[in-house]
Amino acid sequence: MALEKPYADIPGTTIFDASQSRKGYHLNMFCMSLMKAPNRERFKANERAYLDEWPMSEAQKQAVLARNYNDMIELGGNIYFLAKIFSTDGQSFQYAAALMTGMSQEEYARMMLEGGRSPEGNRRTGEKPEEKIEEKK
Amino acid sequence: MARITAGVTTSHIPAVGAAIDQYKTQAPYWAPVFKGYEFSRAWMAANPPDVVFLVYNDHATAFSLDLIPTFAIGCADHFAPADEGWGPRPVPPVEGHADLAWHIAQSVIQSDFDLTIVNRMDVDHGLTVPLSLMFGQPSAWPCRVIPFAVNVVQYPPPSGNRCYQLGKAIRRAVESFDEDLNVQIWGTGGMSHQLQGPRAGLINAAFDQRFMDRLIEEPEALAQMPLVDYMREAGSEGIELVMWLIMRGALTPQVKTLHRFYHVPASNTAVGHLILENAT
Repeated sequence: MALEKPYADIPGTTIFDASQSRKGYHLNMFCMSLMKAPNRERFKANERAYLDEWPMSEAQKQAVLARNYNDMIELGGNIYFLAKIFSTDGQSFQYAAALMTGMSQEEYARMMLEGGRSPEGNRRTGEKPEEKIEEKK
Repeated sequence: MARITAGVTTSHIPAVGAAIDQYKTQAPYWAPVFKGYEFSRAWMAANPPDVVFLVYNDHATAFSLDLIPTFAIGCADHFAPADEGWGPRPVPPVEGHADLAWHIAQSVIQSDFDLTIVNRMDVDHGLTVPLSLMFGQPSAWPCRVIPFAVNVVQYPPPSGNRCYQLGKAIRRAVESFDEDLNVQIWGTGGMSHQLQGPRAGLINAAFDQRFMDRLIEEPEALAQMPLVDYMREAGSEGIELVMWLIMRGALTPQVKTLHRFYHVPASNTAVGHLILENAT
């Protein structure tokens, strides 16, 4: 019997479940390695060479090189692990969150100051199409 | 005999820790957040605990994907603030209470909750930001701390009811410890927030306020809320709120609310904070 995924219809959201975790193990463990300063230095010096030390898929490596966080999440990345990449880049959680929504950091920060993204229309895929959040790739 | 005297819940946002560490708490953006903790620091100074049992989650710091314990209790004498990628926070080391921690571990495991015992662990912002919010910037933390890490990173985290029942077992364990200790239990994380994907930035103030109401008034019923409701209503990272139920389970069925605070935003997150006392 397949594992139940009652969260699959939440729009714009990837739950880090068993399937994602299996897919993303090496990607996330690469991220974890960036907790150590010498590894951060080696990564920054030659990102491709550093990534090639990990048994990650080519798509995962390309997503890291492009800093495409939505792709990394789709390919099994978990945001708390991916945070090691944008921390290495000297960027904040708000920077990364803005990037994933396709908004500028200023627009995103303003949305948060105005109370954040409303749950209205964002609970279920297709519940209120005119307010559905755009999937940015 | 040891006893649990109060419960505290608070968000543990890393940017809040950075604001404290960089002396920005009076900046216009941050001042309203820290104003909500003024009462708490005064109250804490007047009611100092001997031990804080601090429920939090590790954020891919001490636990990677190699080991994912659902519940992990820190039984060491010391815990170092972790280097989360930009150097450790400039906060004092955390002094544990190994005697009480081992006692709780044994008692709770014998109550059918399978805890992971941890003898070495660095603690990340999930644990140190609440300490900073409640105690400010002392040269040493004024009490011992037992770190209790809950997995909320890898789905599935424990259910609300599992957390609530665990809180009850923790209370029984504390009350069976011979030494006379004033113990507080803190539940941290939340409130609504989503840090990932196109839906990032989700905030649900109505859900958060209702969650605090129900945590105070009808925790048994709140504990039945399915995990998917947390994720749908409060964001994928809002699932951290299950940890507040561990705190609540360790208090008496009726509680007195000493302090309640809510503010949006701190970075990506809604800040929620409660101080609850057992009703006697």
